[in-house]
Amino acid sequence: MAGGGNNEEELSPDDEHIISASEEEDGSDDESKHAKLLEAISSLGKRKRMKRTERSEASVQVSEFSVNADGTGEKVNLSDLLGTMDKTPGAPNKTKQQLKNLQNRKETLELPLSKQQTEKIQREVAYDKSSKEVSRWETVITQNQKAEQLVFPLRQDPTGPKRMEQVVAGWKAKTPLEKEIFSLLHSNNQPIHDPLLTPAEEASIKAMSLEEAKIRQAEFRKARVLQSYYEAKARRERKIKSKKYHKLQKKAKVKAFLKQFDEMMKTDPAGALEELKKMELSRMQERMSLKHQNSGKWAKSKAIMAKYDDAARKAMQEQLEMNKQLTQKLVVPSDDDDDEERNVEEADALPDFVNDPEPILDSVNPWMRGKLTQEHSEPEVTAVATETAVETKDEGQNGQREDEEEEENEEEKLLREFERKRKLRQDEDDDLVPVPQEEKQGERFSLCFTKPRHFLAIFSKLSLFNRLMKSSSVPPVPEQTGAEEAELLDEGLVRVRTMDDLEALQQDVVMDTTQPAPASATPAPSMETTSEPPKKKKKKKGIDPNEVLTKEAKVIKMPLAPTVVEEEEEEVSEVHAEQTAIIKEAFAGDDVISDFLKDKRKQEKAGQAEVVDLTLPGWGEWGGVGLKPSKRKRRKFRLKAPAPPLRKDQNLPDVIISEKRNSSVANHQVSQLPFPFQNSTQFESCVRFPVGQTWNTQTTFRKLTAPKVVTKMGAIIEPMSKEDLPYKTNSRASLCILYIQSKLLN
Amino acid sequence: MRILSLRALITSRGMKVKVLCRNPDDYVRETTRDIQRVPRNYDPTIHPFEVSREYTRALNATKLERIFAKPFVASLDGHRDGINCLAKHAKTLSVVLSGACDGEVKIWNLSKRECMRTIQAHEGFVRGICSRFCGSSFFTVGDDKTVKQWNMEPPGRGLQEEPLNTILGKAVYTGIDHHQTEGTFATCGQTVDIWDEQRSSPIRSFSWGVDSFSCVRYNPVETELLASCASDRSIILYDMRESAPLKKIIMQLRSNTLCWNPMEAYNFTCSNEDYNLYTYDMRRLDVPVTVHMDHVSAVLDVDYSPTGKEFVSASFDKTIRIFPKNSGHSREVYHTKRMQHVICVKWSADNKYILSGSDEMNIRLWKANASEKLGLLTPREKAALNYNQKLRDKFQHHPQVRRIARHRHLPRDLFKQKRELREMKEARRRKAQNVRKHSKPGSVPLVTEKEKHVVSVVE
Repeated sequence: MAGGGNNEEELSPDDEHIISASEEEDGSDDESKHAKLLEAISSLGKRKRMKRTERSEASVQVSEFSVNADGTGEKVNLSDLLGTMDKTPGAPNKTKQQLKNLQNRKETLELPLSKQQTEKIQREVAYDKSSKEVSRWETVITQNQKAEQLVFPLRQDPTGPKRMEQVVAGWKAKTPLEKEIFSLLHSNNQPIHDPLLTPAEEASIKAMSLEEAKIRQAEFRKARVLQSYYEAKARRERKIKSKKYHKLQKKAKVKAFLKQFDEMMKTDPAGALEELKKMELSRMQERMSLKHQNSGKWAKSKAIMAKYDDAARKAMQEQLEMNKQLTQKLVVPSDDDDDEERNVEEADALPDFVNDPEPILDSVNPWMRGKLTQEHSEPEVTAVATETAVETKDEGQNGQREDEEEEENEEEKLLREFERKRKLRQDEDDDLVPVPQEEKQGERFSLCFTKPRHFLAIFSKLSLFNRLMKSSSVPPVPEQTGAEEAELLDEGLVRVRTMDDLEALQQDVVMDTTQPAPASATPAPSMETTSEPPKKKKKKKGIDPNEVLTKEAKVIKMPLAPTVVEEEEEEVSEVHAEQTAIIKEAFAGDDVISDFLKDKRKQEKAGQAEVVDLTLPGWGEWGGVGLKPSKRKRRKFRLKAPAPPLRKDQNLPDVIISEKRNSSVANHQVSQLPFPFQNSTQFESCVRFPVGQTWNTQTTFRKLTAPKVVTKMGAIIEPMSKEDLPYKTNSRASLCILYIQSKLLN
Repeated sequence: MRILSLRALITSRGMKVKVLCRNPDDYVRETTRDIQRVPRNYDPTIHPFEVSREYTRALNATKLERIFAKPFVASLDGHRDGINCLAKHAKTLSVVLSGACDGEVKIWNLSKRECMRTIQAHEGFVRGICSRFCGSSFFTVGDDKTVKQWNMEPPGRGLQEEPLNTILGKAVYTGIDHHQTEGTFATCGQTVDIWDEQRSSPIRSFSWGVDSFSCVRYNPVETELLASCASDRSIILYDMRESAPLKKIIMQLRSNTLCWNPMEAYNFTCSNEDYNLYTYDMRRLDVPVTVHMDHVSAVLDVDYSPTGKEFVSASFDKTIRIFPKNSGHSREVYHTKRMQHVICVKWSADNKYILSGSDEMNIRLWKANASEKLGLLTPREKAALNYNQKLRDKFQHHPQVRRIARHRHLPRDLFKQKRELREMKEARRRKAQNVRKHSKPGSVPLVTEKEKHVVSVVE
């Protein structure tokens, strides 16, 4: 009963109650009591004790504790439920039918997946999600890897212009001049602090990320510049007094419009219809107004003059004609000559740049060079509209006259002339348009250089070098096979402490390199291209001084290490004569030329293949003193090596070219093509290009030697954060911008 | 050469007059301490032999760099047992926290090189230590199954050092890391738990058939991601927002610690018992991006430089090595006679120093760039250093320069071990080659070094 005792400790109050109840009931019968007790105890060990709710009370059918005392094991079938369904009159037939169909189906539901499988699926989904999320950074990371220079910490204070309140706190106008200026500004409702952005704009910018805000700000700036530019342009054009110019321009505009209208008919019939409606409207207006009906002041005065003046009569007639034209019902206007009034309307509707007389003129204006973005088409249109409005006002004052005699060519010529003049004027007042910073810099740059072309070449090389170096820093696929990549360090037992030790290290290299390089190695790119390209080594030994000194044309020009050159030699040409004399005197007895020839012959001989005699006397025949091996045998065993390749100096009588490897130079040469380079010329050009201050201007030098990673002393470099993610258009931000831009332009 | 320049003057009448003028700014120095302005002629014919001259300069620069390579800065002693963990202060460069094997935590001031505060934090080892992201407090976990939060400020005079918070756990915690921006932290032990600072029970707890973990680290960029090293040779990735772990890689030997790249959200490097370090891209876990070899004993700790370009590793072979993040071999090895097994290592947040804690109770401060001059540099010094660096880069492939630049001293036993390892490796390679040669073509596949070390990826 020890186990039973243990169990009893865990009894719940319900169980105790059961036991006590049973004891009370069957107090008389000992055996049955014992059996009950045993039963109760055995039931205690099981999990589901509540199932055995048996009571020996009168209410056997319904249990006090649970409803299912009766018929616990029975299943509830669908048919049972359906039985009640039939009885209920409210249930629709459709549901009844569905339930019946259900009842007839025998298929069982599938088992749910096991826990392991569901977990695996969950993990897979989560992993995919997070790896996708992480991939957002890819562009930033590759960009950083490619960057020539990285400046840490990544987020630094914005360098742009700051608001005055931010820079100067508690500043007040003190001097009378300042006060005067401020009072002026106040009276004109000018912003005093010249805020970069209005509060609304700032709020909207706050809603965006830093990057977005920067881009947007740049766009605002652009829009503003554009606006001021167009204002200036309109002002300029208004000042043009030439009637002819305006007339011609208008004509051109009308023409362009008609052309466009024709196109529109084909491409966008709905738009064309709208245009037509506008025309109809203008016609109606014309009919209502008294314009062109010769009833105005001007017309009356003309009418007086008409008797005597042909021109006046003509003008009046023109007016009438115009009225006729304008009030005429037209489907498609085909006439070139049209009315001003309509022009205005049409110009208003002009949706494009067609009216702009000088699209290419503004090469200086950075905003005009590139393609304008979608947002900026709006300001342009409005600007154009204002322009035309201004013109029409002028025209209205001047009255209209059309010169039909003029031919197209002449018109065009005139137009061009005007544009040219205007361009000239524009060049003078260029300050209206901001000159981009880069160009200014470029100018300064070119000023510094004495030979721009030379430096251009340098830059092209530099860029190549940088690209290569970058590719080395970001190896595309650092292939690591069984034989792993070379170690970066030579670890040894020698401790290097002084310069002497370092010299000793260098000696080591000499020892290393004297051993022949593997044959498979790529041909050694000559590093000392300037001082002595090994292949073109020319040894001139003991040449007649006369010959050497007089043949100035034979001075070898090294490719990129220009030695002291011709000019100097010209300067010292008088000295040459003297020197020649002196040298002649000194080497009077020497026959240098013959020495040289001997030398050359010796070298040629040394290079030639030798005949090897392998005959062994006494083999196969008698040998001894006085006996020679037979001729046949000698012929058989004399081996002639194959002839060496032709000497390069074969046809150069006064030159010896030695093709032997010079070990003293080889110690300093690169024996294998280093990794990022594709061929030896690339590598050579990289090495050849100097970076030092001796050869480069200060700015170039600074650019060339800029370190790859710049850190700020004492600044904590925070890890990248979400703000560093590239700018993404989100609908909310772009909406804000649209709003702001529209506000700006109004 | 612009001392003389043409200036166009516009007189009051609007006439243009061109004159020659000499601007003193072009030839007069600003202060007497400035160098004399010397107009230069850049005509290349005047400056011949540029390659040979630059080569000589490069050689000298390399030699000087090696001469000045004295990386060891200082040693901080004061602990009475081996140092088990290090942590940087999140907001101050000069403060470093260290936990020792006797349960002591010390807070150091690096600029003064002295201990500011000592706390008996735990009984038994201090297993992990980390600073809160704002730097106001720090957390420690220890062998006494507790997580404790401490104030970074010392208590007032006469007051006892007491933790702000203590959480009693059921099992030993072996590591801790704090979230980058939020008040949650992660511990590892028998499970990886995510805790809210305000609660005494974990808000989430991950386990995947693994009995113990050695390290857990938050991703500093994608701050909801975590990775942990488990004792069954696996590395497991988690997302804090998910209820289940993400993925598991099983390697041939156990990884001790790992570190995420602070500039590249998906890359992390783990230090392994098989003497190597492995850099993984979390999107492609089946093959490591790079295998970093050079240590001759188990690698115990790794930490990335804050620029994400390099990382430093501490090893049981008593050395610290610095690896470029995409290079298979180290660019630098640091060791001293007295430094024993290096257990923990950290790279300072300004990218200038490296801290190492080792068995023989010392914390050592090293320069990350061995030959760097400490302190402020004048612009001319800076220009000269940049030029020298550029020259070294330019001529790095030339044998003389390379030999000098690459030479490092190594203690004899390490050197021998290294040689031995190399021989073993060569022998293994040769054997594999022979097996391949003498078996049916295609039956013995060529396995690259990268593929060798990953046993499987479990989803």
